[in-house]
Amino acid sequence: MNATNLSLSLTIGVLYACGSYLILQRALLRVVLGFILIGHGANLLLLMAGGEAGPVPHTGTPAGEASDPLPQAMAITAVVITFGTTALLLGLVYRAIVLHGDDLHASDPRSTLPHKGEPK
Amino acid sequence: MSAAVPVLVLGPLLGSAISLLLGRWPWLQRLLGAVVLTGALTVAAMLLATADSSGPVVARVGGWDAPAGITLVADRLSALVLTIALAICLAIFLYAIGQGSAEDRAEHVPSVFHPTYLALVAGIDMALLSGDLFNLFVGLEVMLASSYVLITLGATSERVRLGATYIVVSLGASMGLLTTVALFYAVTGTVNLADLSIVLAEVPPAVRHVLQLMLLLVLATKAAVVPLHMWLPDSYPSAPAPITALFAALLTKIAVYALIRTQTLLFPRDEPWPLLLVLAGATMLVGVVGGLVQADANRLLCFLLVGHIGYMVFGLALATADGLRGSIIYLVHHMTAQAGLFLVIDLAQRRRGSSSLLGLGRASAAVPALSGLILLAALNFGSVPPLAGFVAKLALLQAAVADGTAWAFVVAAVAIVAALLTLAAMGRIFVQVYWGAPPADQKEPDGDAIHTGSRGSMRLMYGATTVVVSAGIALAVAAQPLAAVTSRAADDLTARTPYQQSVLGDLGGAS
Repeated sequence: MNATNLSLSLTIGVLYACGSYLILQRALLRVVLGFILIGHGANLLLLMAGGEAGPVPHTGTPAGEASDPLPQAMAITAVVITFGTTALLLGLVYRAIVLHGDDLHASDPRSTLPHKGEPK
Repeated sequence: MSAAVPVLVLGPLLGSAISLLLGRWPWLQRLLGAVVLTGALTVAAMLLATADSSGPVVARVGGWDAPAGITLVADRLSALVLTIALAICLAIFLYAIGQGSAEDRAEHVPSVFHPTYLALVAGIDMALLSGDLFNLFVGLEVMLASSYVLITLGATSERVRLGATYIVVSLGASMGLLTTVALFYAVTGTVNLADLSIVLAEVPPAVRHVLQLMLLLVLATKAAVVPLHMWLPDSYPSAPAPITALFAALLTKIAVYALIRTQTLLFPRDEPWPLLLVLAGATMLVGVVGGLVQADANRLLCFLLVGHIGYMVFGLALATADGLRGSIIYLVHHMTAQAGLFLVIDLAQRRRGSSSLLGLGRASAAVPALSGLILLAALNFGSVPPLAGFVAKLALLQAAVADGTAWAFVVAAVAIVAALLTLAAMGRIFVQVYWGAPPADQKEPDGDAIHTGSRGSMRLMYGATTVVVSAGIALAVAAQPLAAVTSRAADDLTARTPYQQSVLGDLGGAS
């Protein structure tokens, strides 16, 4: 089969690792950055899943030589989706800063004390 | 008939776009939403009838054949779930209009409720009909992106804080699903489910197991299977009440559908799966016991929702046609029962202005219609014998006994305990609503002193709730045809060939 691109694999690994670290932070803005990194990693992974790069898939390109167009189609769809959700998340972070002055995620008192008192 | 399948996705999506343009005329938005949802429901019911009588309806989008093109498949299972889901969407839409959360908005910002609601429905349709893994991801993502907007509607401090939990967890699971899809493609070179089901048989078992577990992990997070459930009870109750009802009734169930679809089609088993059995048992226990100790009615219901996901996973874990039949009946029953219970509890809460369980004291006094609805909804949710939940649980227990392994017996015992504890939780609601002391600072409510809304909007809310609750009861009346359809659907799932042949045509074996 086709050889794996080592530098691409390493890049994907680093993107996922940094993204996972950022997602585990308490500040929402860092979480958003984490999702952006993981999204990039996932898109690269999709591209890599298509195998080695070849000529443009077009009429006239010999069959079997061209790049696989399917992962590219999937990657562009995934890019659009992550773009949209990132925009939404940034809006949420902005709103949190407007409301609370910071974007730190607070814990829910009700989830720690089921019996104590009236939830507000 | 296959031309009708894409309509279910395109219709709501187009409706969503038009609804956005109609922002200045709320009554037109309402009308449009009702028309689109009714139309979609009609199409889904027709698809169910066709799929049941003459096999799966397959649409090849753009004329591209499977496995390269996008296929939408309405077989018995997806058409059945789709019909019930759209019926609930329509009823909750009407309830939301009556309740006024459609006009819930931040200052100077036009309401985004209607366009988002329709986009959510489009996502649900797409996730249920999708014939390949990648479009399953896209459908779930459209559904979830809309739900992110709905759960933070109005962007109040509370909703931003709790909504963030929900969004971050869901987005994490979505990234996991995207990664899984990429790995599936890297291993097999296809994402079409029917094609995968054939190709995966030649993949080395170790690789296949990794793929199976990754898919289980991400879908179980979305379906709130214990121990991946922690996000649900924290986030759902913060949304406007009809939205909570909609999410509780549908979103996790769509993920359960995706679990059933992918696990049965891609990874067929001859014997029960102990890992999934243990998860099912843990889900039932943690969810129901967690629900019993809650002081807030909405959180109580959200924990019970988690617990009852366990029943659906139980049937899937048994991996027999009987077990799957129980899962599918339970899925259908639970969607209606959960929506109905959330709506009646919201009606009771509106009279008190509090969601705490103690605050519900004698909330239904002097409103016979509400008392009746609460009784029926709670009995239905508690699966009291003649009702559909009992039929489903009986089917699951029979499947477990027929299976006969020790694991199956243990989880069956847990299922019985969890069912009884659910009744106890219903009892807590009963006791408060019927006999509890009214909160000290509030007077006894009388017949028509109801907090919010005009007479017309109250009628709409009561009407929509009555429809959902009686739909749950009707499932018991229609138990015979329902059992027949679900057992045919379960046979299709275990046989796998009807799905493969309808998607891939006669070339099925050749690829």
